[in-house]
Amino acid sequence: MKKLLSVLPLLTVVIGIHLLTSATDTMYYLTQMTMSAYYALLIIGLCVLMGYAGQISLGHAGFFAIGGYLSAALTTHSLIPYQDTAIVSFLDSAGILLAGHDLYGEALLVVSPWIACLVAVCTAAIIAVIIGIPVLKLKGHYLAMATLGFGIIIYRVALALEYFGEADGISEVPAFVLFTGLSVSGNLGDRVQNYYIAWGLLLIGMVLLLNLIDSRVGRALRGIHGSDEAANAMGVNTSRFKLQTFVLSAVFAAVAGVFLTHYNGGIGPSEAGVMKSVRYVAIVAVGGMAHLWGALLMGIILNFLSLRGVFGSYDDAVFGLILIVIMLFAPNGILSLNIRHRLKQYFRRGKEDREGGA
Amino acid sequence: MALLEINSLSKRFGGLLAVNDVSFQVEPGQIKAVIGPNGAGKTTLFNMISGTFPATSGTANFQGCALKRKKPFQVAGLGMARTYQNIKMFSGMTALENVMVGRHVQSNAGFMASMFRMPWTWKEERDIRDKSLELLALLEIEEHAHTDAESLAFGQQRAVELARALALEPSLLLLDEPAAGLNIYETAEVGRLITKIRDLGITVLLVEHDMSLVMDISDEIVVLCFGEKIAEDTPKNIQQDPEVIKIYLGEE
Repeated sequence: MKKLLSVLPLLTVVIGIHLLTSATDTMYYLTQMTMSAYYALLIIGLCVLMGYAGQISLGHAGFFAIGGYLSAALTTHSLIPYQDTAIVSFLDSAGILLAGHDLYGEALLVVSPWIACLVAVCTAAIIAVIIGIPVLKLKGHYLAMATLGFGIIIYRVALALEYFGEADGISEVPAFVLFTGLSVSGNLGDRVQNYYIAWGLLLIGMVLLLNLIDSRVGRALRGIHGSDEAANAMGVNTSRFKLQTFVLSAVFAAVAGVFLTHYNGGIGPSEAGVMKSVRYVAIVAVGGMAHLWGALLMGIILNFLSLRGVFGSYDDAVFGLILIVIMLFAPNGILSLNIRHRLKQYFRRGKEDREGGA
Repeated sequence: MALLEINSLSKRFGGLLAVNDVSFQVEPGQIKAVIGPNGAGKTTLFNMISGTFPATSGTANFQGCALKRKKPFQVAGLGMARTYQNIKMFSGMTALENVMVGRHVQSNAGFMASMFRMPWTWKEERDIRDKSLELLALLEIEEHAHTDAESLAFGQQRAVELARALALEPSLLLLDEPAAGLNIYETAEVGRLITKIRDLGITVLLVEHDMSLVMDISDEIVVLCFGEKIAEDTPKNIQQDPEVIKIYLGEE
């Protein structure tokens, strides 16, 4: 309940931004705010893995891509050529397939978005289990390199498979109708509703993760981060908890991938790129690693600036620079530089000194 | 029946036989100490018992249950808690949160239940917190409950580590050099706490260098030297054992 209340101010800000943009006739900002919210969903998931459980992943763009690509491919590639096969006719009779028409009026038979979303997210989770079991035995640099390897594989697979559109990616991804009247799509008319869908999803994700870190599981995760050996000796099944967190963060990434792909109406191989994974890690670091609110805030601000094109052609370079500067000057994240907090600490220390001296 | 039975336990690291055919038993309710010069194999013995690494040969039984191939978290689940020579606090967590992690095996909430904050977890959370505060009070550090554990004085960190281990509600507590790094006052304090813990009905097995502490609080002592057990007796007899005197003071 407390956690629900703690996101209320954020909800106010979200509504405030909507009203502000509509009053100043700058509603086009909402598009980037929507996309940023989906990226932030991935980032808060990664924040729990990195900041709380202490396990780095340089492959999360891979999970995002698994979600996005699978959902895109399943809802876009027509199954009409295979209509007579047993599987397709079975799926059709089970109500899993949707008939429709493409831009040129040709008949289409595709997987319904809800099912595609489910398949995509479950696939990401299963792959996370398969990758996670061997890889999470590694620590530090070795874990970083292994997850980097995973990210590279996903990137190359997306580039190589015709099913995933090779270098072009997949376009003309249809809207994801959540309920009648509520759909994830890039239609201009749906902009406001999509803004709220994205932020609603992000807020729900945030509440769930805030609940998680302030619980028996969250404490165990922070314990693993503090001392893997001692946590194990306290009865925490460390390898299992690490794996579950890895899968959870992969699911967050995949959900973000599915939704953003339907919103954008397509996905390309750059979403699976290693630079994307590095960017996510950089944002979690800027946010302060073990700081969900910091991750959320930085996830929104930096992605928004990046999507607005503020960084120009130096986009990736800016994130590289951010990573270096943060590691050097604010390893506990940008919020740790909070002036008010510093002053408070300064005065408190002064007070303690005086009391100690007396 | 003995609480912990160790039968011909050995550990070989490459060419080094760190622990060689050691057997002894720990009876319920006693404080038993394992002493010996540096490199005698005391910590290796502890690590085998608590599941950090497997024994090369021999067996250990805890409450009639074989510890062979058990992981540390499984051993903890059986009711055996431990502390470390170089204190392993959970960094970035308060003293209270450190102890609350110790309640892990006594509680159940998993990922889903925690994320959705199921109603049944509310009471569990409250119990975890209450019990942890109780233990901090028992070890006389409740005023530091909300202090970052790593910023506490070394002696206080020891107390937090003890509280964390007790939070498991163990029947056997393994203490790896509980007086390491402490001054004589803090050592006496830790000795008092250990006796207090024993009086709660918790059996204690400790490895220690500090002879005054060991002689003061132990009911029985096992002496290791170069991986082998050379004596096992009461503190009084150990002090007079010529073999032990030879190891500690050298030959005449």
